[in-house]
Amino acid sequence: MTGTVSARGRMKRLTDSAMGLVLLGSALVSVTIVLLIGLFTLKEALPAFRDIGLVRLLTGTEWRPGQDLYGLFAMIAGSVLVTLGAIVLGLPLALGCAVFLAEVAPAWVRAVVKPSIELLAGIPSVVFGLFGMVVLVPMVRGIDVPGNAGFGLLSASMVLAVMILPTIASVAEVALRSVPEEYRQGSLALGATRWETLRRVTVPAARSGMLAAVVLGLGRALGETIAMIMVIGNAVMMPEAATSNPLTIFLSRARTLTGNIAVEINYATGLHAAALFATGVVLFVLIMIVNASARALLASGMRRG
Amino acid sequence: MSSRSPAGRKLVQAGAFSLLWVSALLSVLVLASVVGYVMIKGIPELNLSFFTTPPRGGLSGEGGISSTIVATLYLVVMTLLVAAPLGIGAGVFLVEYAESMQNRLMKPLIRIARFGVETLAGVPSIIFGLFGYALFVTLMHFGFSLLSASLAGACLILPVVIRTTEEALKAVPQSYREGSLSLGATRWETIRRVVLPSAVPGITTGMILGVGRIISETAVFYVTLGGSYRTPTSILSSGRTMALHVFYLAMETRAFEKAMATGAVLIACIIAVNLAINAVSRRLTAGGGRW
Repeated sequence: MTGTVSARGRMKRLTDSAMGLVLLGSALVSVTIVLLIGLFTLKEALPAFRDIGLVRLLTGTEWRPGQDLYGLFAMIAGSVLVTLGAIVLGLPLALGCAVFLAEVAPAWVRAVVKPSIELLAGIPSVVFGLFGMVVLVPMVRGIDVPGNAGFGLLSASMVLAVMILPTIASVAEVALRSVPEEYRQGSLALGATRWETLRRVTVPAARSGMLAAVVLGLGRALGETIAMIMVIGNAVMMPEAATSNPLTIFLSRARTLTGNIAVEINYATGLHAAALFATGVVLFVLIMIVNASARALLASGMRRG
Repeated sequence: MSSRSPAGRKLVQAGAFSLLWVSALLSVLVLASVVGYVMIKGIPELNLSFFTTPPRGGLSGEGGISSTIVATLYLVVMTLLVAAPLGIGAGVFLVEYAESMQNRLMKPLIRIARFGVETLAGVPSIIFGLFGYALFVTLMHFGFSLLSASLAGACLILPVVIRTTEEALKAVPQSYREGSLSLGATRWETIRRVVLPSAVPGITTGMILGVGRIISETAVFYVTLGGSYRTPTSILSSGRTMALHVFYLAMETRAFEKAMATGAVLIACIIAVNLAINAVSRRLTAGGGRW
């Protein structure tokens, strides 16, 4: 009798440690995938780095697979410019929303605005792309500048500005909400108005979290693919201003790093495919730097808070 | 502080606050115009045959979306079959085991596991596509298929599932575990019979979030699923999801009204997903976890 009980106890303990190992295994799956992604992308990109060279890949402005010319600079410029445009257009709105939701909104308005922004975050990028093609592109086409086809950096920046709004707004709102209530009360007790408190106490205290929100938005913008393909025109060319006004550079067609991969990978072979995997490496490194700085900002905000 | 008169300071506040109101209203307006436009243009195109006939292919974009609904459903199920056990397992480990395993061997392993989850969450979707194309489509010879796409999709939603599982488990009161352990249950028995059952609503939220991601994702499947508009017959069939169908219609045909109609169906799915999550988390906060 006691024998079977202790045998059962041993069984139980064995199951317990076995499950521990199984669960540890599943916890290590993520890092394994990260390693595999790194390994595969690098391995496939290797011929490009070897035969073309890192410098020529990064600084070359010609991308002509037919002539074995693989320069990514035009796509890097496209990705950076469209992200810049999205930040300029979307940031005031996103931060305004965050501050409004955290500090100003009455409960019932918050109950409307907050779910709307959550819904905005869930809408498929292909729907934003479609809206951009059908509504924004014809609008932009109305701007009277030679060579303006509507498809280009401006349309893409507008689409992207809307897409990064929920990311920035929700992370920045959390940062503002985590500022201790005593800070506000102290400032109000000294006779500051709510706005003065907001501007001089709450926002400065949440600064690093809000900055992290912006950086996360940058990462999201750099990684967006489908909506960009649909509205940016996808031409491999250095974006340039059409008139003496430098802002007309945003009417230029362009291509993003993400779009370059998506549009060409399924039929590319040999060095062409390797160059596309190298595009992936460049994008991956860029976004990892951006995300790591966001994480560092969030951590530093927590330490001070 | 400010040397301005109290009235002036009030005025500055009123001005600043109205700007904040405007930015919130504008954001809601942007959402309303995107959703409203697609719905208004799309819904009139919807009828029963749109849901029951497959696309006919070709430049005119004739036909409905039946095969794309089937492909989306298959893909959602297959992706969850892979991502759910792995993600829930990882979440359980990180919350229930990691704390107590602080010896020299486990500590770095746990840190590496956490780093993996954080990094994976930041990887842009086209990189998952590129990876899926290289590993599943090409190297493992799965071709452009539901299998390749769902494996790549599982990598994409794994961090979402892990994080929501972690949140759900952290919300289970410590006293539940202590009660079970003091009755002589092992750690695994405690997890299986006490902790996991009370974390079900939270974990369900994670699954629904994953479903939403798969329904709306396009880039990953554009390079792994192949885009055939025929109804998939096996896990090695090529196919196109509804989102992918919108993309093909918009880029390769003139059938913008069909694209709008499919987009309207997509938005309806996403609204349903959001409602489901809200319903589950309301039950979560109402149903307790607190004594």
